[in-house]
Amino acid sequence: MRKLLNTLYVTMPNAYLARDGENVLIKIDNEIRFRIPVHNLEGIVCFGFAGASPGLMHLCCERGVTLSFLTEYGKFKGRVTGKVSGNILLRKNQYRWTENEIITLRMATRFISAKIMNSRAVLHRAVRDHPQVVDTTLLTDTMKNLASLAKQLQKVKDLHTLRGVEGQAAYLYFSAFNQLILSQKEDFSMSERNRRPPLDRINCLLSFLYTLLTHEVVAALESIGLDPQAGFLHRDRPGRPSLALDVMEELRPHFADRLAATLINRNQINANGFVVKENGAVIMDEKTRKEVLVAWQKRKQEEIIHPFLEEKVPLGLVPYIQAMLLARHVRGDIEDYPPFFWK
Amino acid sequence: MMVLITYDVNVTTAAGKKRLRQVAKQCQNFGQRVQNSVFECLVDPTQFTDLKHRLESIVNPETDSLRYYFLGSSWKRRVEHYGNKEIYDPEGILIIDANP
Repeated sequence: MRKLLNTLYVTMPNAYLARDGENVLIKIDNEIRFRIPVHNLEGIVCFGFAGASPGLMHLCCERGVTLSFLTEYGKFKGRVTGKVSGNILLRKNQYRWTENEIITLRMATRFISAKIMNSRAVLHRAVRDHPQVVDTTLLTDTMKNLASLAKQLQKVKDLHTLRGVEGQAAYLYFSAFNQLILSQKEDFSMSERNRRPPLDRINCLLSFLYTLLTHEVVAALESIGLDPQAGFLHRDRPGRPSLALDVMEELRPHFADRLAATLINRNQINANGFVVKENGAVIMDEKTRKEVLVAWQKRKQEEIIHPFLEEKVPLGLVPYIQAMLLARHVRGDIEDYPPFFWK
Repeated sequence: MMVLITYDVNVTTAAGKKRLRQVAKQCQNFGQRVQNSVFECLVDPTQFTDLKHRLESIVNPETDSLRYYFLGSSWKRRVEHYGNKEIYDPEGILIIDANP
Protein backbone atom coordinates (compact mmCIF):
# COMPACT_ATOMS: atom_id res chain seq x y z
CA MET A 1 0.00 0.00 0.00
CA ARG A 2 1.14 3.47 -0.85
CA LYS A 3 2.53 5.54 2.01
CA LEU A 4 0.73 8.73 2.90
CA LEU A 5 3.29 11.46 2.43
CA ASN A 6 3.09 14.94 3.77
CA THR A 7 1.81 18.12 2.19
CA LEU A 8 3.60 21.38 2.78
CA TYR A 9 1.39 24.46 3.04
CA VAL A 10 2.90 27.89 2.59
CA THR A 11 0.65 30.71 3.67
CA MET A 12 3.15 33.58 3.74
CA PRO A 13 2.80 35.82 0.69
CA ASN A 14 6.45 36.90 0.85
CA ALA A 15 7.82 33.37 0.94
CA TYR A 16 9.97 32.11 -1.90
CA LEU A 17 10.44 28.43 -2.64
CA ALA A 18 13.81 27.28 -3.88
CA ARG A 19 15.83 24.13 -4.32
CA ASP A 20 19.06 22.96 -2.74
CA GLY A 21 20.09 19.50 -3.84
CA GLU A 22 17.14 17.29 -2.97
CA ASN A 23 15.75 19.81 -0.51
CA VAL A 24 12.84 22.16 -0.76
CA LEU A 25 13.81 25.48 0.79
CA ILE A 26 11.51 28.20 1.95
CA LYS A 27 13.15 31.58 2.00
CA ILE A 28 11.85 34.74 3.53
CA ASP A 29 13.74 37.91 2.68
CA ASN A 30 16.47 35.69 1.24
CA GLU A 31 16.92 33.88 4.51
CA ILE A 32 16.28 30.16 4.75
CA ARG A 33 13.31 29.63 7.05
CA PHE A 34 12.67 25.97 6.40
CA ARG A 35 14.13 23.03 4.53
CA ILE A 36 12.80 19.55 3.95
CA PRO A 37 13.87 16.67 1.71
CA VAL A 38 11.54 16.40 -1.25
CA HIS A 39 10.96 12.66 -0.76
CA ASN A 40 8.97 13.38 2.41
CA LEU A 41 6.40 15.33 0.42
CA GLU A 42 3.70 14.57 -2.08
CA GLY A 43 2.41 18.07 -2.55
CA ILE A 44 3.17 21.71 -1.92
CA VAL A 45 0.30 24.15 -1.71
CA CYS A 46 1.02 27.87 -1.80
CA PHE A 47 -1.52 30.42 -0.69
CA GLY A 48 -1.15 34.01 -1.77
CA PHE A 49 1.80 35.07 -3.84
CA ALA A 50 4.53 32.66 -2.75
CA GLY A 51 7.01 32.41 -5.60
CA ALA A 52 9.00 29.41 -6.69
CA SER A 53 12.26 29.02 -8.55
CA PRO A 54 12.39 27.08 -11.83
CA GLY A 55 14.89 24.79 -10.13
CA LEU A 56 12.34 23.84 -7.52
CA MET A 57 9.69 23.33 -10.18
CA HIS A 58 12.06 20.91 -11.97
CA LEU A 59 12.57 19.00 -8.75
CA CYS A 60 8.84 18.76 -8.09
CA CYS A 61 8.15 17.58 -11.64
CA GLU A 62 10.87 14.92 -11.48
CA ARG A 63 9.67 13.62 -8.15
CA GLY A 64 5.97 13.74 -8.90
CA VAL A 65 5.27 16.36 -6.25
CA THR A 66 2.30 18.54 -7.14
CA LEU A 67 2.99 22.22 -6.70
CA SER A 68 -0.25 24.21 -6.61
CA PHE A 69 -0.89 27.89 -6.34
CA LEU A 70 -4.04 29.16 -4.68
CA THR A 71 -5.17 32.66 -3.87
CA GLU A 72 -4.96 33.56 -0.23
CA TYR A 73 -8.64 32.63 0.07
CA GLY A 74 -8.06 29.19 -1.33
CA LYS A 75 -9.24 29.67 -4.92
CA PHE A 76 -7.28 27.45 -7.25
CA LYS A 77 -4.99 29.32 -9.67
CA GLY A 78 -2.64 26.80 -11.18
CA ARG A 79 -0.47 23.79 -10.80
CA VAL A 80 2.95 22.66 -11.89
CA THR A 81 3.18 19.00 -12.80
CA GLY A 82 5.58 16.87 -14.77
CA LYS A 83 5.06 14.87 -17.90
CA VAL A 84 1.66 13.38 -18.56
CA SER A 85 2.12 10.03 -16.97
CA GLY A 86 0.49 6.68 -16.98
CA ASN A 87 -1.17 4.59 -19.52
CA ILE A 88 -2.43 6.10 -22.75
CA LEU A 89 -4.69 3.10 -23.29
CA LEU A 90 -6.31 3.77 -19.95
CA ARG A 91 -6.88 7.41 -20.81
CA LYS A 92 -8.20 6.61 -24.29
CA ASN A 93 -10.68 4.23 -22.78
CA GLN A 94 -11.66 6.90 -20.31
CA TYR A 95 -12.38 9.33 -23.17
CA ARG A 96 -14.37 6.71 -25.04
CA TRP A 97 -16.41 6.10 -21.91
CA THR A 98 -17.15 9.76 -21.34
CA GLU A 99 -18.60 9.88 -24.87
CA ASN A 100 -20.83 6.89 -24.25
CA GLU A 101 -24.22 7.83 -22.85
CA ILE A 102 -24.98 4.52 -21.19
CA ILE A 103 -21.64 4.29 -19.41
CA THR A 104 -21.70 7.96 -18.45
CA LEU A 105 -25.09 7.54 -16.85
CA ARG A 106 -24.01 4.42 -14.98
CA MET A 107 -20.86 6.07 -13.62
CA ALA A 108 -22.67 9.26 -12.69
CA THR A 109 -25.26 7.18 -10.84
CA ARG A 110 -22.50 5.52 -8.80
CA PHE A 111 -21.00 8.84 -7.72
CA ILE A 112 -24.30 10.46 -6.88
CA SER A 113 -25.85 7.54 -5.06
CA ALA A 114 -22.75 7.36 -2.85
CA LYS A 115 -22.97 11.09 -2.29
CA ILE A 116 -26.61 10.89 -1.23
CA MET A 117 -26.03 7.91 1.02
CA ASN A 118 -22.98 9.53 2.60
CA SER A 119 -24.92 12.74 3.22
CA ARG A 120 -27.59 10.63 4.83
CA ALA A 121 -24.95 8.94 6.98
CA VAL A 122 -23.72 12.34 8.18
CA LEU A 123 -27.25 13.22 9.35
CA HIS A 124 -27.65 9.78 10.84
CA ARG A 125 -24.50 10.25 12.87
CA ALA A 126 -25.91 13.50 14.30
CA VAL A 127 -29.13 11.77 15.36
CA ARG A 128 -27.21 8.94 16.93
CA ASP A 129 -24.68 11.08 18.80
CA HIS A 130 -26.88 13.96 19.93
CA PRO A 131 -30.50 12.77 20.05
CA GLN A 132 -31.40 15.34 22.74
CA VAL A 133 -30.07 18.41 20.98
CA VAL A 134 -30.99 17.97 17.35
CA ASP A 135 -34.41 18.08 15.73
CA THR A 136 -34.75 14.33 15.38
CA THR A 137 -38.02 14.46 13.46
CA LEU A 138 -36.63 16.81 10.83
CA LEU A 139 -33.47 14.78 10.44
CA THR A 140 -35.26 11.45 10.28
CA ASP A 141 -37.62 12.82 7.64
CA THR A 142 -34.72 14.18 5.63
CA MET A 143 -32.92 10.87 5.92
CA LYS A 144 -36.00 9.04 4.68
CA ASN A 145 -36.33 11.39 1.74
CA LEU A 146 -32.66 11.07 0.89
CA ALA A 147 -32.91 7.29 0.96
CA SER A 148 -35.90 7.35 -1.36
CA LEU A 149 -34.07 9.73 -3.73
CA ALA A 150 -31.16 7.30 -3.75
CA LYS A 151 -33.59 4.57 -4.69
CA GLN A 152 -35.06 6.69 -7.48
CA LEU A 153 -31.58 7.04 -8.93
CA GLN A 154 -31.57 3.40 -9.94
CA LYS A 155 -34.44 4.04 -12.36
CA VAL A 156 -33.12 7.29 -13.83
CA LYS A 157 -32.80 7.08 -17.61
CA ASP A 158 -30.81 10.20 -18.48
CA LEU A 159 -28.28 12.60 -17.02
CA HIS A 160 -30.75 15.46 -16.99
CA THR A 161 -33.09 13.67 -14.59
CA LEU A 162 -30.11 12.49 -12.57
CA ARG A 163 -28.98 16.07 -12.04
CA GLY A 164 -32.51 16.92 -10.95
CA VAL A 165 -32.46 14.21 -8.31
CA GLU A 166 -29.01 15.31 -7.18
CA GLY A 167 -30.20 18.91 -6.87
CA GLN A 168 -33.18 17.83 -4.80
CA ALA A 169 -30.97 15.74 -2.54
CA ALA A 170 -28.48 18.58 -2.09
CA TYR A 171 -31.29 20.97 -1.27
CA LEU A 172 -32.76 18.62 1.34
CA TYR A 173 -29.39 17.91 2.86
CA PHE A 174 -28.27 21.50 3.16
CA SER A 175 -31.64 22.56 4.56
CA ALA A 176 -30.99 20.14 7.40
CA PHE A 177 -27.32 21.03 7.70
CA ASN A 178 -27.90 23.64 10.43
CA GLN A 179 -28.90 20.80 12.71
CA LEU A 180 -25.31 19.59 12.71
CA ILE A 181 -24.17 22.84 14.28
CA LEU A 182 -24.44 22.38 18.02
CA SER A 183 -22.60 25.42 19.33
CA GLN A 184 -22.18 29.01 18.10
CA LYS A 185 -25.53 28.63 16.37
CA GLU A 186 -26.17 32.39 15.97
CA ASP A 187 -22.90 32.95 14.16
CA PHE A 188 -22.90 29.85 12.05
CA SER A 189 -26.04 29.11 10.13
CA MET A 190 -26.71 28.59 6.48
CA SER A 191 -29.93 28.99 4.52
CA GLU A 192 -28.69 27.41 1.32
CA ARG A 193 -25.47 26.45 -0.37
CA ASN A 194 -23.98 29.45 -2.15
CA ARG A 195 -20.57 30.26 -3.56
CA ARG A 196 -18.65 32.73 -5.68
CA PRO A 197 -18.84 34.44 -3.32
CA PRO A 198 -19.96 32.48 -0.26
CA LEU A 199 -22.51 34.58 1.63
CA ASP A 200 -22.21 33.14 5.11
CA ARG A 201 -19.52 31.62 7.28
CA ILE A 202 -20.51 28.01 6.75
CA ASN A 203 -20.52 28.41 2.99
CA CYS A 204 -17.14 30.08 3.19
CA LEU A 205 -15.76 27.21 5.23
CA LEU A 206 -17.28 24.57 2.95
CA SER A 207 -15.89 26.24 -0.17
CA PHE A 208 -12.41 26.29 1.32
CA LEU A 209 -12.59 22.63 2.33
CA TYR A 210 -13.90 21.64 -1.10
CA THR A 211 -10.92 23.40 -2.67
CA LEU A 212 -8.53 21.41 -0.49
CA LEU A 213 -10.35 18.22 -1.42
CA THR A 214 -10.18 19.07 -5.13
CA HIS A 215 -6.42 19.43 -4.82
CA GLU A 216 -6.16 15.95 -3.32
CA VAL A 217 -8.46 14.28 -5.83
CA VAL A 218 -6.81 15.88 -8.86
CA ALA A 219 -3.40 14.76 -7.62
CA ALA A 220 -4.73 11.25 -6.97
CA LEU A 221 -6.27 10.89 -10.43
CA GLU A 222 -3.18 12.23 -12.14
CA SER A 223 -0.85 9.96 -10.23
CA ILE A 224 -2.87 6.95 -11.32
CA GLY A 225 -2.88 8.09 -14.95
CA LEU A 226 -6.48 9.18 -15.39
CA ASP A 227 -7.29 12.54 -16.93
CA PRO A 228 -8.88 14.65 -14.19
CA GLN A 229 -10.59 16.85 -16.79
CA ALA A 230 -12.66 14.19 -18.56
CA GLY A 231 -15.63 13.54 -16.35
CA PHE A 232 -18.90 11.66 -16.50
CA LEU A 233 -21.41 13.69 -14.55
CA HIS A 234 -19.60 16.99 -14.89
CA ARG A 235 -19.26 17.83 -18.54
CA ASP A 236 -16.18 19.16 -20.29
CA ARG A 237 -15.36 22.77 -19.70
CA PRO A 238 -11.91 24.27 -20.25
CA GLY A 239 -9.88 24.19 -17.06
CA ARG A 240 -12.46 22.31 -15.04
CA PRO A 241 -11.28 19.09 -13.39
CA SER A 242 -14.57 17.34 -14.17
CA LEU A 243 -13.56 13.81 -13.25
CA ALA A 244 -12.10 15.08 -9.98
CA LEU A 245 -15.39 16.80 -9.25
CA ASP A 246 -17.21 13.54 -10.01
CA VAL A 247 -15.07 11.51 -7.61
CA MET A 248 -15.32 14.27 -5.03
CA GLU A 249 -19.09 13.96 -4.82
CA GLU A 250 -18.90 10.79 -2.78
CA LEU A 251 -16.15 12.19 -0.54
CA ARG A 252 -17.61 15.62 0.23
CA PRO A 253 -19.94 14.69 3.11
CA HIS A 254 -17.33 12.87 5.13
CA PHE A 255 -14.19 14.82 4.23
CA ALA A 256 -15.53 18.35 4.21
CA ASP A 257 -19.05 18.70 5.61
CA ARG A 258 -18.39 16.79 8.79
CA LEU A 259 -15.08 18.51 9.33
CA ALA A 260 -16.75 21.90 8.97
CA ALA A 261 -19.33 20.98 11.61
CA THR A 262 -16.66 19.59 13.93
CA LEU A 263 -14.56 22.75 13.71
CA ILE A 264 -17.53 24.88 14.67
CA ASN A 265 -18.84 22.55 17.38
CA ARG A 266 -15.47 22.29 19.07
CA ASN A 267 -15.11 26.08 18.95
CA GLN A 268 -11.88 25.66 17.04
CA ILE A 269 -13.00 28.50 14.83
CA ASN A 270 -15.31 31.35 15.70
CA ALA A 271 -17.22 34.20 14.13
CA ASN A 272 -14.42 36.75 14.59
CA GLY A 273 -12.25 34.74 12.23
CA PHE A 274 -14.39 35.78 9.28
CA VAL A 275 -14.67 39.11 7.53
CA VAL A 276 -17.81 40.24 5.73
CA LYS A 277 -17.09 42.37 2.68
CA GLU A 278 -19.30 45.20 1.32
CA ASN A 279 -20.81 42.93 -1.33
CA GLY A 280 -21.85 40.37 1.28
CA ALA A 281 -19.00 37.99 0.50
CA VAL A 282 -17.57 36.26 3.55
CA ILE A 283 -13.87 35.47 3.77
CA MET A 284 -11.66 33.81 6.36
CA ASP A 285 -8.79 35.48 8.11
CA GLU A 286 -5.31 34.00 8.23
CA LYS A 287 -5.61 32.49 11.68
CA THR A 288 -8.82 30.66 10.88
CA ARG A 289 -7.36 29.40 7.63
CA LYS A 290 -4.44 27.93 9.50
CA GLU A 291 -6.76 26.31 12.03
CA VAL A 292 -8.68 24.69 9.16
CA LEU A 293 -5.50 23.48 7.47
CA VAL A 294 -4.23 21.93 10.69
CA ALA A 295 -7.55 20.15 11.22
CA TRP A 296 -7.54 19.01 7.59
CA GLN A 297 -4.07 17.50 7.87
CA LYS A 298 -5.01 15.78 11.11
CA ARG A 299 -8.19 14.40 9.63
CA LYS A 300 -6.17 12.92 6.76
CA GLN A 301 -4.10 10.89 9.22
CA GLU A 302 -7.13 9.34 10.91
CA GLU A 303 -7.46 5.68 10.11
CA ILE A 304 -10.57 4.00 8.80
CA ILE A 305 -11.41 0.61 7.42
CA HIS A 306 -11.93 1.08 3.70
CA PRO A 307 -15.40 -0.34 2.99
CA PHE A 308 -14.39 -2.05 -0.24
CA LEU A 309 -10.80 -3.12 0.42
CA GLU A 310 -11.59 -3.95 4.06
CA GLU A 311 -8.16 -2.72 4.93
CA LYS A 312 -7.09 -0.15 7.49
CA VAL A 313 -5.99 3.01 5.71
CA PRO A 314 -5.43 6.65 6.61
CA LEU A 315 -8.30 8.79 5.38
CA GLY A 316 -5.84 10.81 3.28
CA LEU A 317 -5.28 7.80 1.04
CA VAL A 318 -8.96 7.34 0.22
CA PRO A 319 -8.81 9.64 -2.84
CA TYR A 320 -5.90 7.53 -4.14
CA ILE A 321 -7.75 4.30 -3.48
CA GLN A 322 -10.86 5.54 -5.27
CA ALA A 323 -8.72 6.70 -8.19
CA MET A 324 -7.08 3.29 -8.31
CA LEU A 325 -10.43 1.46 -8.22
CA LEU A 326 -11.77 3.75 -10.93
CA ALA A 327 -8.73 3.09 -13.12
CA ARG A 328 -9.14 -0.64 -12.64
CA HIS A 329 -12.74 -0.43 -13.71
CA VAL A 330 -11.89 1.67 -16.78
CA ARG A 331 -9.20 -0.87 -17.69
CA GLY A 332 -11.72 -3.67 -17.28
CA ASP A 333 -10.04 -5.39 -14.32
CA ILE A 334 -13.10 -5.03 -12.12
CA GLU A 335 -16.68 -5.21 -13.25
CA ASP A 336 -18.00 -2.06 -11.63
CA TYR A 337 -16.72 0.97 -9.76
CA PRO A 338 -17.23 0.67 -6.01
CA PRO A 339 -17.77 4.20 -4.69
CA PHE A 340 -16.76 5.14 -1.16
CA PHE A 341 -19.62 4.46 1.23
CA TRP A 342 -18.96 5.84 4.65
CA LYS A 343 -20.42 3.83 7.49
CA MET B 1 11.35 4.32 8.85
CA MET B 2 13.42 6.81 10.76
CA VAL B 3 17.19 6.41 10.67
CA LEU B 4 19.51 8.45 12.82
CA ILE B 5 22.86 8.99 11.15
CA THR B 6 25.92 10.28 12.94
CA TYR B 7 29.43 10.64 11.59
CA ASP B 8 32.96 11.59 12.44
CA VAL B 9 35.09 12.74 9.56
CA ASN B 10 38.76 13.51 10.11
CA VAL B 11 39.27 17.12 9.05
CA THR B 12 42.98 17.54 9.59
CA THR B 13 43.51 17.45 5.83
CA ALA B 14 41.90 19.44 3.02
CA ALA B 15 40.56 16.18 1.57
CA GLY B 16 38.96 15.45 4.94
CA LYS B 17 37.19 18.80 4.98
CA LYS B 18 35.87 18.07 1.53
CA ARG B 19 34.60 14.67 2.64
CA LEU B 20 32.86 16.26 5.63
CA ARG B 21 31.05 18.71 3.39
CA GLN B 22 29.99 15.94 1.01
CA VAL B 23 28.75 13.69 3.80
CA ALA B 24 26.74 16.52 5.31
CA LYS B 25 25.28 17.39 1.93
CA GLN B 26 24.13 13.84 1.22
CA CYS B 27 22.59 13.52 4.68
CA GLN B 28 20.80 16.79 4.18
CA ASN B 29 19.37 15.51 0.92
CA PHE B 30 17.63 12.75 2.82
CA GLY B 31 16.89 14.19 6.21
CA GLN B 32 17.02 16.90 8.76
CA ARG B 33 20.11 18.15 10.55
CA VAL B 34 19.31 17.91 14.27
CA GLN B 35 22.82 18.58 15.61
CA ASN B 36 26.17 19.31 14.07
CA SER B 37 26.97 15.86 12.74
CA VAL B 38 23.67 14.19 13.49
CA PHE B 39 20.86 13.75 10.98
CA GLU B 40 17.39 12.28 11.27
CA CYS B 41 16.27 10.79 7.98
CA LEU B 42 12.72 9.59 7.31
CA VAL B 43 13.31 7.19 4.44
CA ASP B 44 12.00 3.99 2.91
CA PRO B 45 14.36 1.00 2.61
CA THR B 46 15.26 1.84 -1.02
CA GLN B 47 16.08 5.42 -0.14
CA PHE B 48 18.15 4.25 2.78
CA THR B 49 20.18 1.85 0.64
CA ASP B 50 20.78 4.68 -1.80
CA LEU B 51 21.91 7.05 0.95
CA LYS B 52 24.11 4.42 2.59
CA HIS B 53 25.81 3.70 -0.69
CA ARG B 54 26.40 7.38 -1.36
CA LEU B 55 27.85 7.99 2.11
CA GLU B 56 30.09 4.96 2.08
CA SER B 57 31.58 5.90 -1.24
CA ILE B 58 32.56 9.28 0.21
CA VAL B 59 34.11 8.47 3.59
CA ASN B 60 37.56 7.04 4.22
CA PRO B 61 37.07 4.01 6.51
CA GLU B 62 40.64 4.39 7.82
CA THR B 63 40.01 7.77 9.40
CA ASP B 64 36.21 8.37 9.42
CA SER B 65 33.23 6.59 10.86
CA LEU B 66 29.49 6.43 10.22
CA ARG B 67 26.82 5.11 12.56
CA TYR B 68 23.22 4.30 11.66
CA TYR B 69 20.56 3.95 14.34
CA PHE B 70 17.29 2.44 13.17
CA LEU B 71 14.35 3.94 14.99
CA GLY B 72 11.66 2.20 12.93
CA SER B 73 8.26 3.62 12.15
CA SER B 74 7.13 4.33 15.71
CA TRP B 75 10.21 6.50 16.21
CA LYS B 76 8.36 9.35 17.86
CA ARG B 77 8.19 7.67 21.24
CA ARG B 78 11.90 6.89 21.06
CA VAL B 79 13.02 10.50 20.71
CA GLU B 80 12.97 13.29 23.23
CA HIS B 81 14.25 16.79 22.75
CA TYR B 82 15.49 19.36 25.23
CA GLY B 83 16.93 22.79 24.65
CA ASN B 84 17.25 24.95 21.58
CA LYS B 85 17.39 23.98 17.89
CA GLU B 86 13.72 23.43 17.25
CA ILE B 87 13.19 20.70 14.72
CA TYR B 88 10.16 19.86 12.63
CA ASP B 89 8.26 16.59 12.47
CA PRO B 90 8.38 15.34 8.86
CA GLU B 91 5.15 13.42 9.44
CA GLY B 92 3.43 16.23 11.26
CA ILE B 93 1.64 19.27 10.00
CA LEU B 94 3.77 21.45 7.77
CA ILE B 95 2.47 24.95 7.51
CA ILE B 96 4.79 27.86 6.90
CA ASP B 97 3.19 31.08 8.03
CA ALA B 98 3.95 34.31 9.77
CA ASN B 99 3.93 32.86 13.29
CA PRO B 100 6.71 30.31 13.69
